Amino acid sequence: MPMLEGQDVTKYFGGLAAVSHVDFHVEQGEIVGLIGPNGAGKTTLFNLISAALPLSSGEIRFKGQKINGLKPHQICRLGIARTFQETKVFVNMPVFQNVLAGAFFGSQDRVSTADATREASQALEFVGLSAMSATPIKDLTLENQKRVEVARALATKPELLLLDELMAGLTPTEVSEAMELVRKIRDNGITVFMVEHVMKAIMGICGRVMVLHHGEKIAEGTCNEISCNKTVIDVYLGEETRAGS
Amino acid sequence: MDITRFISTHRRFLLVGFLLLVVAFVATFPLYTQQSHVRVLTIILIYVVLAVSWAMFSGTTGYMSLAPAAFFGLGIYTMALLQKTLPFPVIIVIASLISFAFALLVGLVTLRLRGIYFAIFTFGLVIFLTELVQFLETRIYHGHGWNITPIDNTTLLYTMLVLVVVTVLVIYFIRRSRYGLALLSIGGNEEAAEHMGINTTRTKVLYFAVSSIFMGAAGVVLAPSIIYINTNIAFSLFYSFMPILMAIFGGMAHLSGPIIGAVIFGYLEKMLRAQWSTYFMLGFGIILVVVILFLPNGIIGLVPTLQGKLGGLMTRLRKGEKGEQHANA
Repeated sequence: MPMLEGQDVTKYFGGLAAVSHVDFHVEQGEIVGLIGPNGAGKTTLFNLISAALPLSSGEIRFKGQKINGLKPHQICRLGIARTFQETKVFVNMPVFQNVLAGAFFGSQDRVSTADATREASQALEFVGLSAMSATPIKDLTLENQKRVEVARALATKPELLLLDELMAGLTPTEVSEAMELVRKIRDNGITVFMVEHVMKAIMGICGRVMVLHHGEKIAEGTCNEISCNKTVIDVYLGEETRAGS
Repeated sequence: MDITRFISTHRRFLLVGFLLLVVAFVATFPLYTQQSHVRVLTIILIYVVLAVSWAMFSGTTGYMSLAPAAFFGLGIYTMALLQKTLPFPVIIVIASLISFAFALLVGLVTLRLRGIYFAIFTFGLVIFLTELVQFLETRIYHGHGWNITPIDNTTLLYTMLVLVVVTVLVIYFIRRSRYGLALLSIGGNEEAAEHMGINTTRTKVLYFAVSSIFMGAAGVVLAPSIIYINTNIAFSLFYSFMPILMAIFGGMAHLSGPIIGAVIFGYLEKMLRAQWSTYFMLGFGIILVVVILFLPNGIIGLVPTLQGKLGGLMTRLRKGEKGEQHANA
């Protein structure tokens, strides 16, 4: 049984199908990439999984249990955490409190203050930001704000982590660091499903890649299969990438 | 310089001591002052309760509620209707429960509204309640307005003192708890808060209702000191705007902000009103504009700045001393 499974997942915005009859699955322990041109419906698919948006039709199951129709906070407590394409940190608090909020509320059971504090510091240490825990979050760079989002998501103790363009806007060095971080997360037993435009990152860490175009799934496979796929090259990668990789 | 170290190490101890002194001051106040001053102090304490409970919900979540007057007015009317049948403390409890229940109902309907829509709805709520109560009055009692039997000023002051202590303590613990963090998260980014496992709807509705408990209770204590009430007095929008101005004036980053704001504003209001009668609002307006322009974080926003300046001065002085020693050696 796959960890996360979508069947015939469809989302209409008015008459426009943002996500159209997509089937997908994510297995335990994988890092799955989700790519496609702008407006392909990648973030919409993440919003459907995390219940930010209701489905128009179809079904999403997490560990065999149907999860569409639940509220976002319930999804999180079941074990699916996420980050956001445009960072959504709690701007009115220091770094540590940002992560602490995730630690307090992200689990099914009530977490004691001592446990939450420990979880939060562990998560911050994991992303390498322990030194900044008292800094107001506004004073952090974009890269570090994204790391705080990852720490906050990890503090909710997820089994599946949805990363929405973690590496957008980062320098090449920062991208390498972020790739290292994602690998470390997987090695800690958390399954990762990630939307990304940085092909180097996708090719470097994803075991399997799904391609969306105009809301439809046009290809799926290993990185090699995807980078040689004729349709994918036409709509997204272009000739150069193929030559380059 | 040992004084600064002493203050920082024994901070909590000193704070508790200071608060006990304040309570002792208020408790002994009627012994050495006139009745009119006791009344002013009671009203300042009422403002403290309104400002602190408003800031607990609206200051943290960013949902600007203009409804304090609705709950405050409910408290005043509860007192008007029940004063002949029930003892004073029981009426306070009943008014608190009515406010809580009413806020719960309102919250369930409206807290899905965001930003300006929520503010406008709560504004409309006060006007709606005014009209509704007036309608019921004319239909059922064929009259308008109520006389309230006065209660002596000292009793009112002591009641208010108890209410302030309870309110501040409860809100202090809420702010420190995980639910305080949840409220702040909603203010920081509501969508992210939802995705981090916070049941935002429940948190908002519940704490909106909790904050209104204290507003309703404060209304009961105000009622006997105004003797005659009607809908326009009880549900005056003045009681909606005052707590907001006080909280902004004092600053909302810390619990002490709204308290300081309410004390200064309450005192200024009484003084300015005595000196300038109806022109006092003019003075108020000027003060508020200046504060918002130059102190965006309120009075308590000044503290870190002053601390920084003071700290800098201290280290410079200390360095100066050392320098001299070196020079002497």
